[in-house]
Amino acid sequence: MTTPPTDTPDTPAALKVSLFVTCLADLFRPSVAFASIKLLEQAGCEVFVPLQQTCCGQPAYNTGDFESSIPLAQQLIQQFEDADYVVVPSGSCAGMICEHYPRLLEGEWRERALGLASRTFELTTFLNDIVGMKRGDRPPIELPAVTYHDSCAGLRELNIKAQPRALLQELCDTQVNELQQTEVCCGFGGTFCAKMPEISGKMVGDKVSNAVATGAQILAGGDLGCLLNIAGRASRNGDAIEVRHIAELLCGDLDSRAIGQGQ
Amino acid sequence: MISTAGLSARANDGFPHLKQTSNTFLENAHEAMQDPEKTQVRDLMALFTPIMRDAAMDSFGHFDELRQHVKQVKQHSLEHLDHYLNRFEQEALQNGNHVHFAADADALNSTVLEICQQHSARLVAKGKSMVTEETGLNDYLKRAGLRVTETDLGEYIIQQAGETPSHIVGPALHKSAGEIRELFLAKHDLGDRELAETADLVGEARSVLREHFLKAEVGIIGANALIAENGYSMLVTNEGNGDLCANLPNVLIICTTIDRVLPRSEDATAMLRLLVRSATGQAQTCYTSFYSGPRREQDIDGPLETHIVLLDNRRTDILASDYKEMLQCIRCGACLNHCPIYASVGGHAYGWVYPGPMGSILTPLLTSLEQSSALPNACTSCGRCAEVCPADIPLPDLLRDLRHDETRRKLSPSRWRLGMRMHAWLARHPRIYHTLTGLGIRTLYLAGRRSGSFQRMPLASGWTSQRNFPAPEGKTFSSQYASLQRNEKARAVKAARASAATTPATGRKKTARRKPGQRIEPELRQDWPRRPDPRKPGNNARGSTVDDSSPDRQSAAHPAGPRGKKPRRRPEHD
Repeated sequence: MTTPPTDTPDTPAALKVSLFVTCLADLFRPSVAFASIKLLEQAGCEVFVPLQQTCCGQPAYNTGDFESSIPLAQQLIQQFEDADYVVVPSGSCAGMICEHYPRLLEGEWRERALGLASRTFELTTFLNDIVGMKRGDRPPIELPAVTYHDSCAGLRELNIKAQPRALLQELCDTQVNELQQTEVCCGFGGTFCAKMPEISGKMVGDKVSNAVATGAQILAGGDLGCLLNIAGRASRNGDAIEVRHIAELLCGDLDSRAIGQGQ
Repeated sequence: MISTAGLSARANDGFPHLKQTSNTFLENAHEAMQDPEKTQVRDLMALFTPIMRDAAMDSFGHFDELRQHVKQVKQHSLEHLDHYLNRFEQEALQNGNHVHFAADADALNSTVLEICQQHSARLVAKGKSMVTEETGLNDYLKRAGLRVTETDLGEYIIQQAGETPSHIVGPALHKSAGEIRELFLAKHDLGDRELAETADLVGEARSVLREHFLKAEVGIIGANALIAENGYSMLVTNEGNGDLCANLPNVLIICTTIDRVLPRSEDATAMLRLLVRSATGQAQTCYTSFYSGPRREQDIDGPLETHIVLLDNRRTDILASDYKEMLQCIRCGACLNHCPIYASVGGHAYGWVYPGPMGSILTPLLTSLEQSSALPNACTSCGRCAEVCPADIPLPDLLRDLRHDETRRKLSPSRWRLGMRMHAWLARHPRIYHTLTGLGIRTLYLAGRRSGSFQRMPLASGWTSQRNFPAPEGKTFSSQYASLQRNEKARAVKAARASAATTPATGRKKTARRKPGQRIEPELRQDWPRRPDPRKPGNNARGSTVDDSSPDRQSAAHPAGPRGKKPRRRPEHD
């Protein structure tokens, strides 16, 4: 690296981005949040992290307790609606805000939800489609063989499929070693995995076998719920495959322990 | 907010013949998953049926446009159901049919029996019809002394086996060729034979069924669509058995439901383009038939008398409810083929007539939520069913709405309801939330840092029965980030004081106390990734995100500081 990176010349002002960390990243995988901030800054954004943030209300919503999730949706809207952009390192949480808040809320709150939804993006979508992140002068991040699990909410609610692959290609010069049935659910499903553990176990078992069969050393994904599920099963099986969030790969954070791995 | 007026809670007394076991879904599923051979068959089906469907849709190329069209046509027909039913009835009567309306299962069954008795019929040949599965017609007629033979190969197989369909399109998909061979050898009194090949099985079924077609006095079939403008009913089959049932016996009875009605022929054929591709991946079925009515004078064959029985069975209730989109369903079975839960457990686990995502919605609506409260929970909201649904039904949303009904009516387990309320309360109180989660996560981190994951976990036995529980990576992000902020603030104060002597006008607002929710000032970002506080857990852990000591990270990281604030620092190894 010989020249210091410069601001992209044709973007005059830095995009102001508020990061919704998501509760799972906050609690189980701070690396995802730190990596997201780092990536957004590399992409030339100014990043803000509202510290009062908690949970988007998805667990209650998907379990059918809409009454409990409504105040959480309103709380998140209040915390984030001043932002130019809201970026979320999770397809399902971004999908909750973009797709489900307008469905859950009504009246003035629905309008506010729609406003927020129009400015909310999942991380890889934001980096690839909105800011068009380029590697620039940085050398490509070296990665071992990577396979990718397309998490359902991101894939089907937000059309996230090409973005993480494009970013892996751009930043890491890496092509995904595709796993069979990558678009099939891993069996997490929020509370589903606890309500119907045996069926969930069959599904995650299939997912891990398909991932291991690719020969990849890392399984990446964009949703921590799925990744905790897959990592937990791989760890139970004793499979060596590392499970990591896509943000960690894209910023080259391979030194932290993979999800569910011991010292 | 979503309106959640569900259907009224009614005990299901309309289906005395069907033993519903939907509420033991988990036990049924457990049992189904014990059989490795069947599991393998289901896995293969789940792999190949989507491939076939996708191939058919890709070569067709107009899935999205046509499904929007079909959806609009279905919605229009349902919104004007009374008009189109009336029109259909008039046209069908004109064509010489008898038209009957049946309010519920018993009404349909007794209507059909009455017609059979009027003709002193003993033998009935029956085409595949999920509606008559719903009403339990076969058992009803059998109890009245009639002999009913299913003539669709799959239906025939499960009838011989005394089972119910496991799939709405392929009722015997759960049966292996070996099982069918054993069944035929036991049930058909045809002496010694091999039946080694699948073709032998089909051949034997064909010759056995031929007798039934020829001897039957009444034929019963279903319908895929009713066409209001001409009073025709449309049926698709791959075996031609529907046509034999319709044309060989003297009396034909078409049993279907009121929601099958469409305004025009072209609406039925538009629907057909999606139906067949979605169901079997074919461009069209081997047989597509339109039945107008009884044999006319110039006709050389056909039934002498035709009846159309239109079943309601709570469909008008569904139409008036927030679940009316479910009536758009064209019964293609694509949602079953694409549902990973259906693939895992098979159709019988659902414990009633309709399995898979569409069944998990229809069963509570057609029976009661009390009798099937497990089914709406058999969903990960993965959305694959909605993605392929040719009628564009938001199946995961309807399933979630049913879970909402369960919550409101306290049908879900109380510990789940309490847990969700507690979690939501906590998340509405950020200060308490962050304090408690901070403590809890720190404990879990310390307990699990060596192994990285837990084999067992209190309150998470469902999770740990199938997989380990990954330990948290370190302290929560919010506590780490707050520490970074505090340090930064202290540095800012110090710097402001130091510079106050020389340049008193700068730096004041940086030290102002932040209000809750106020944005973090951008200068915080200047240091945290590169200058972590080594006292913080996670920062000194091996390769933590904020640990910037490794050369790999240096090379990978953007070496710039925030834009325009100060000169950029070059990577040290440069």
